[in-house]
Amino acid sequence: MNKTTPATVPAAEAPAPLKSAPSRPEPRPERSTGSRIGELVQRQGVLAVLLTVILIASFVYPTFASLDNARGVTVQASFLAIVALGMTLVIITGGIDLSVGSVFALGGVLAAWASQWGFLAALLVPLVVCGAIGLVNGLLIARANMAPFIVTLASLLAARGMLLAFTDEGATTYLVPKDSAFAELGQGSVWGFGYPILIALALFGAGGLLLQRTSFGQTLFAVGGSSDAATLMGLPVARTKILVYTLSGLLAGLAGALNAARLSSGVTIVGVGMELDAISAVVIGGTLLIGGAGSISGTLWGVLLLAVIQNLINQIGSLNSSYQSVVSGGFLIVVVVAQRYLARSRRTT
Amino acid sequence: MTTQATLPRPAKPLARLRDPAWYQEYGVYAAVAVVLLFNALFTEHFMTADNLRTQLVQVAPIVIVALGMALVIGTEGIDLSVGSTMALAAALLPLYLGYGLVPALLIALLAGAVVGAINGTLVSLVGLQPIVATLALFVGGRGLALVMADGQLKQIVNPDILALGTGSFLGIPTVVLIAGVLALAVAFLVQRTTFGRQIVAIGGNRSASALSGLPVKRVLIGVYILCGVMAALAGILATARLTASDPSSLGTLMELSAITAVVVGGTPLNGGSIRVLGTVAGALLMQLLRATLVKHDLPDSTAQIAQAAIIIAAVYVARERRSR
Amino acid sequence: MAPTHATPSHPETSGAGVAVAEPVLEARSVSKRFPGVVALDDVSFALRAGEVHALVGENGAGKSTLIKVLTGVYQSDEGEVRVSGEPVRFARPFEAQQAGISTIYQEVNLVPLMSVARNIFLGREPKNRFGLIDFPRMNRETTELLDGFGVRVDPKRPLHTLGIGTQQMVALARAVSVQAQVVIMDEPTSSLEPREVETLFRVIENLRGQGIAVLYVSHRMDELYRICDRVTVLRDGRHIHTGELAPLERMQLVSMMLGRDMAEVRRDGLTGFAAEGHDAARTPVLTATGLDRRHQLHDISVELYAGEVLGLGGLLGSGRSETAKALTGALPLDGGEITVDGKRIGRPTPAAAIRAGISMLPEDRKAEGIVPGLSVRENIVLAAMPRLSKAGIVSRAKQDRIVDIFMKRLRIKASSPEQKVGELSGGNQQKVLLARWLCLEPKVLLLDEPTRGIDVGAKAEVQSLIDELAREGLAVLLISSDIEELIEGADRIVVLRGGAVAGELAGDEVDESRLLEVLADHTPGAVPADRTPDDHTPGAAPAHPVPEPGGKVPAGQEDPR
Repeated sequence: MNKTTPATVPAAEAPAPLKSAPSRPEPRPERSTGSRIGELVQRQGVLAVLLTVILIASFVYPTFASLDNARGVTVQASFLAIVALGMTLVIITGGIDLSVGSVFALGGVLAAWASQWGFLAALLVPLVVCGAIGLVNGLLIARANMAPFIVTLASLLAARGMLLAFTDEGATTYLVPKDSAFAELGQGSVWGFGYPILIALALFGAGGLLLQRTSFGQTLFAVGGSSDAATLMGLPVARTKILVYTLSGLLAGLAGALNAARLSSGVTIVGVGMELDAISAVVIGGTLLIGGAGSISGTLWGVLLLAVIQNLINQIGSLNSSYQSVVSGGFLIVVVVAQRYLARSRRTT
Repeated sequence: MTTQATLPRPAKPLARLRDPAWYQEYGVYAAVAVVLLFNALFTEHFMTADNLRTQLVQVAPIVIVALGMALVIGTEGIDLSVGSTMALAAALLPLYLGYGLVPALLIALLAGAVVGAINGTLVSLVGLQPIVATLALFVGGRGLALVMADGQLKQIVNPDILALGTGSFLGIPTVVLIAGVLALAVAFLVQRTTFGRQIVAIGGNRSASALSGLPVKRVLIGVYILCGVMAALAGILATARLTASDPSSLGTLMELSAITAVVVGGTPLNGGSIRVLGTVAGALLMQLLRATLVKHDLPDSTAQIAQAAIIIAAVYVARERRSR
Repeated sequence: MAPTHATPSHPETSGAGVAVAEPVLEARSVSKRFPGVVALDDVSFALRAGEVHALVGENGAGKSTLIKVLTGVYQSDEGEVRVSGEPVRFARPFEAQQAGISTIYQEVNLVPLMSVARNIFLGREPKNRFGLIDFPRMNRETTELLDGFGVRVDPKRPLHTLGIGTQQMVALARAVSVQAQVVIMDEPTSSLEPREVETLFRVIENLRGQGIAVLYVSHRMDELYRICDRVTVLRDGRHIHTGELAPLERMQLVSMMLGRDMAEVRRDGLTGFAAEGHDAARTPVLTATGLDRRHQLHDISVELYAGEVLGLGGLLGSGRSETAKALTGALPLDGGEITVDGKRIGRPTPAAAIRAGISMLPEDRKAEGIVPGLSVRENIVLAAMPRLSKAGIVSRAKQDRIVDIFMKRLRIKASSPEQKVGELSGGNQQKVLLARWLCLEPKVLLLDEPTRGIDVGAKAEVQSLIDELAREGLAVLLISSDIEELIEGADRIVVLRGGAVAGELAGDEVDESRLLEVLADHTPGAVPADRTPDDHTPGAAPAHPVPEPGGKVPAGQEDPR
């Protein structure tokens, strides 16, 4: 997956007669409205789809529109959202992190285990361990030049193995002490909105700033857009990659810890296949899997869209819950194919 | 890896062990040999016909899926939907057994072909990245299988199907025989047919292949269809062995096992080369390793960490070769 | 890897002219080896403040390697690099940039999907008081900076939506805006239009005025003589000469680059083509009429006769490669017709073109030519595979026969037909590709920059092969940026400009001055059109399309997504 250097701009012989004339003081060339609309649709199309689905569902299923239901959906979604946030950053650099599901589960178990020593331990222990797994991923990818897909596939297995080793092959379940501050973190709420939601929102805000308004964020785009160019421009490519995988590990661990706090225990079987859900959400959100373009907000809408679909299928009582994945898969195809054609038409107009 | 590369091959046999190219070429076979040797010396009841047969029967479906996966990876692609395809085939099988064995088998295989055709179309005609294209059917395929099977586990009583899973020919289990024949067929396909060489060329340089007049799109679709059909076949065989159709769990994480086998077998993820025998050995290595650890009462957790280590080692060796 | 005795001519030997200043950037006895190749062999070189220093040499002379050593992309095996007299060792390009050395590469090395402003300020974005990037200021400064270069673009536009020339100006703006002491330019004009070249030269003058040293790499002699003060010549990784440029005669410079005697150069010309032309047939093998593709090709008509070499001239971006790709069906057309031997190709695709007898050697050998992991044999038979197989099963015997013939005929140097093509030298890779196309027994051979990036010896071999093929009756279309190659190789030259036919030279008109005239002249009708074999009047070919404001994505070809 690392070799696919996107044929960026055909270096030679590009259509040439097309540049601005320095001599003529003409108005600054603007893009056509058509291409702007195309871009807007591409960027915010998921949001439009999400709103449409919510709107229709609210009319058809009154229970869907209830505040209680909204709370439930968003709390459920917040864990995936935090994981997908890290995944977005990784994918923008042109990489991928398959280990997040296992790391999520490991983080939960570690948090539950460490919660016996209090709030701080319950947060720090999973963060340190999961951050370290991310760091190792990053080092192998950036320093040893190994393909992200395969490195994180290995750490998916390794993290799951560590989790099993730590829980006597899944036989032991660590419990979070009742009414502890840590349990409150997962179960408490402000105006009915659970802390996990607020934490996820805060992280998305911070992530958005990090991505759009800091040099680190710009470097993520540059590394994903053209790793060679970024190197030649003197950007710290390797360091950026290491950091982004570490961040992804940290976020997955944090999400796992919050989930454990919510469930009051370190459940060992969670997180299987979560990496693919996260990737789906990121891709639906308009982030390019080849890297170099993407947005945090899109990922948020992508996560919510998946969550709403799941919730709707539950609302439609007659439907078997397996339809959820059918619909999600269908959505994924429709969204990426639509994006593909939009990108194509935008380019040729 | 500096100026040494221009020198003639080191003559001393021991020096070979320091040559990364040697590991790349023979590492996986050596590893299989080492594991077998270890077991012959230190594990009781390992090198028995019974145990070896069990190991082979267990690894057969993985080998079949991995062979298809190797073809896809050879085109610089990947197919995440193989596990879901197995589930689909498993779900369809009992539905059509009423029409007889052959129609049921054909329908199940056809489902694999359809999944592959969709993947291939998304990759080649729409131009999606293989991960995304196959992710959709990974997510949707199993759901569809569950919907069709009504989420139920169905017992299979058809004796012909069951014979597929438990029967044997000349003392070799049918499943193993099928996997072996397929491995030979795929090796022949890759080495000796136009289609096979075109797969490798397209994986090695897609635009060069297109400019050389190769039917790139057709080959890509064909490769994904082959991979889908092989996954469906693996699903049928696994179902036969289970004597039940279980679309909810059959083939879960199969995509990872298959990719692991391919990569450990020395096929690079960025296409342009397919090692069929290596893929079989890769699947075998992972299977034997797991079995060895189990026999020594080492828990599953250790097995997973060991697998991770082997994957990293295999890719690290491959990396050395590429940077030459 | 034989030890070589390059005369270590001292950089300071020529004292005249510019006041001798402390070198800002200096390489002392630098050597760099790659497996099997000595890319730099004991090269010394010094760059003074306020000078424009030309670095010349043929491909493979070691220019790029030297630049990469100076800018921290590579580390030298021996010798040292000094900045303002201080020895330095750059581990990464970043460190070189910190030391004030900034570089513009031949291929635009920016991030296509990011905006113009983001590209210019990557890694040193202006921050507001919260430590966040100040986009309004960044966009404002970008506009100001680019205005200074005479480029007017929306700083928020993604880079890939700009023309290559504009992208190159953005790269230049980035390089200059980092307070550099040294600016290294590697073939900066290869994708610029004449007007942009003027802008570039103004910028260079400006830099010189500020006491900034410019290292200028180019193949274009007239450019070098126009703006460079001194010149350093490299050949085969060795330092050959450093000195004032003005007193050096052009031929002298060329012969130093080529390592050939001047008299020899005068006698034989600079290429491997024979002096006399070819006898072309009367009826065209290939006729293309009205090839049209939005923004790229405009009503291009070409006729190609058996036994001739038709040159396709034009500056970069004039539509030469696009025309060749259109002829092979690799570039979808909006209009136009292609016939071979009177038979029309219905829907042009590479496969259909190959069946009709058209073969094309693509320009980009690495990206579009070789399959590096496959053997020489398999690369040669790649396109011919279906013909060499029975019922879909390949026949090794047939393959070996063909491969053997062509390896001998083209003198392909490989340890065996089973050696991987990726391990061969550029020249041998090119010969393998030629073999791939020749074994299809084509009627028409399109060659897009067949000698680019291969060493001098192989270049001459390829050139004489082209000669030979035409003599044997093949219709050859030759695209080359190498003016000499084009003039000496072609019997007739069609010149493209802005995606349209701008003129045609035939017979005695095929000489350098006439070609340059047509290449540079913008007034339509300046070229006599009477010699054209067909009835369309090239001079009256539709004038260039109205340039779109701001340019366009290189559409079609390779989609970045």
